[in-house]
Amino acid sequence: MNIIALIKQVPDTAQLSKTVDGLKLLGEGSPRIVNPWDEYSLETAIQLKEAHGGKVTAICIGKPEATEALKTGLAMGADEAILISDPAMENSDTLTTARILVEAIKKMGDFDIIIGGRSAIDGNSAATAVQVAALLDISQISYVAELNADPNTQTISAVRLLEGGRESVNSKLPAVITVVKEINEPRYPSFIGIRKAAKATIPTWGVADLGLDASQVGPAGSQAHWPEVNLPPVREAQVEIIEGAPEEAAKTLADRLVAEKVI
Amino acid sequence: MDFELNEEHKMIEKMVYDFARKEIMPIIKEHDRNHTFPHELLPKLAAQGFLGVCLPVRYGGAGMDYIALGLVSEGLEWADSSVRETIAVHLGLHSLPIFQWGTDEQKERFLPPLATGQNIACFGLTEPGAGSDVAGMTSRARKEGDHYILNGEKMWITLADIADRFLVFAKTDPEKGSRGITAFILERGWSGLTTGTIEGKMGVHASNTGWINMDEVPVPESHRLGEENEGFKIAMSCLDNARYTVAAGAVGVMKSCLEESVKYARERKTFGKPIAEYQLVQQMIAQMQQRIDLGELMVRKVGWLKNKGVRNTRETSMAKWYCTEAAFATASDAIQVHGAYGYSDEYNVERHLRNSKSAVIYEGTSQIHQLMQAAYVFGNRVDKPLRCQLPAYDPEYWQAEG
Repeated sequence: MNIIALIKQVPDTAQLSKTVDGLKLLGEGSPRIVNPWDEYSLETAIQLKEAHGGKVTAICIGKPEATEALKTGLAMGADEAILISDPAMENSDTLTTARILVEAIKKMGDFDIIIGGRSAIDGNSAATAVQVAALLDISQISYVAELNADPNTQTISAVRLLEGGRESVNSKLPAVITVVKEINEPRYPSFIGIRKAAKATIPTWGVADLGLDASQVGPAGSQAHWPEVNLPPVREAQVEIIEGAPEEAAKTLADRLVAEKVI
Repeated sequence: MDFELNEEHKMIEKMVYDFARKEIMPIIKEHDRNHTFPHELLPKLAAQGFLGVCLPVRYGGAGMDYIALGLVSEGLEWADSSVRETIAVHLGLHSLPIFQWGTDEQKERFLPPLATGQNIACFGLTEPGAGSDVAGMTSRARKEGDHYILNGEKMWITLADIADRFLVFAKTDPEKGSRGITAFILERGWSGLTTGTIEGKMGVHASNTGWINMDEVPVPESHRLGEENEGFKIAMSCLDNARYTVAAGAVGVMKSCLEESVKYARERKTFGKPIAEYQLVQQMIAQMQQRIDLGELMVRKVGWLKNKGVRNTRETSMAKWYCTEAAFATASDAIQVHGAYGYSDEYNVERHLRNSKSAVIYEGTSQIHQLMQAAYVFGNRVDKPLRCQLPAYDPEYWQAEG
């Protein structure tokens, strides 16, 4: 199977603290990680390869330092990686990002399945993968918690994890899926994988390599823009200690939670 | 001179710390409280390749260098000293000595199951009456035909009650003192070989520490490591491996203590402001960072020397002495930063203090290392080439299948 894993390098939100807020995290030089949901999509891709043979290619749109995220993918077990990077691409909306990805995917050639994480923890739009599928005119299944593929019949069957339950979906390939954390447990990079990743040369494709021009990407090519990003308002928490023996306190707490319609 | 970790090392560092965060931290506090060994970690350590990180691939290892061993030790001990002790003993004090001193047949026979965790190993040097005074050991080995018969007791042995392979030392020629000691590999299940656990330690509660008793244990010649009466040199070279992992691990302890202290100092308020704004707290934080910077430099240099195949007994001793004392001081300061909360095991820092006290004692007490260093300075101690030196790291050899 020819498998494409979409990954993104995002700010490390574990660094959020009283002195490091979200705006600081978005700034230059702050710690970056592989989007946590994309570790699950990488693991899904690698498991598919292990089960059915083939190749996993990880692709990522980002600044040059995003090669670190791609190297993590290689170290986990992806076979190849491609960085899509160009200053003109910065601040693209999700649709423009999807168009860029589609051009890269077309340049890569045939594929069976594209796998991404359910959303990126910075933008959190959960839209890009859907738009990629629409632009490629293939089906898209989101919130996948279970996946089985049959390369012989070129079909997949998936279970989607929804708030109200679980939904089984079948689809022909090629398709785009996005996964949730319930699908697997991402492996740690192995020492062999790390050696391979450290030696890997990752090609970088810019605007011109994809047959695009600057007017089609970035703010110029986008329909949505973000004029302002603000921190949420500070909430003063009110703390009440419920006194009493544990059983008594638990009952009082439960009554209060019901009264407040929390449970 | 490039002080940066290379790309490979940076990825290893991240991987080890991720492993420590996700696999060790969620379980270690309970094991520490209950004084239980985290058996569930052994297969995970093995699967990830930690048990043979710097052994060649042909012997089942991961084929990485000695700096990688340092990074693994640091990251694991960032979580807890007891986990690093497993690596120090199993790999540093048992597998690497076989790699350094073993015959080709011994390397092929013993190393692969050790590297994969099929066998777990320990190191039996210390005795109830002989710690710093290694030559004072009373364990004896007499030759009978093609076997040695071992008698004696070893104490304060990490993994004694868990291991199924034991590298022990006994006198084959008691008249010769330290020059009459021989090294042997023992296997659990042999007649006369028993082990037990020592309870009531101050720290490293999640590590197994115990005793080994040898009562007329027959050991075939094939299981003698090195030549007869070469055991003292072998034992000292083993310590060169393990002391490095101890020093690196101590850097991990310090990093954990500093992170916890910074977090706490930013959040805890007294008299209306975070304690991070008080100068005496800042002083402790600055000293912690200083110790980390110095310790890290020493550990990296030792790893570099090992990679080059240069004898590094002096540098390893210095790193072990400095880093373990620095870790103990850092853990103490970390508790001070945390105030009363630091005295509770709800926070990790008190565990690091209890753990770090053991490291200034084992693998050579701080006092022994000071005597060594003074002897080096005055020229009373000169390291001579060993018959078998730990090989310099050669990526081609280490990473070849065979």
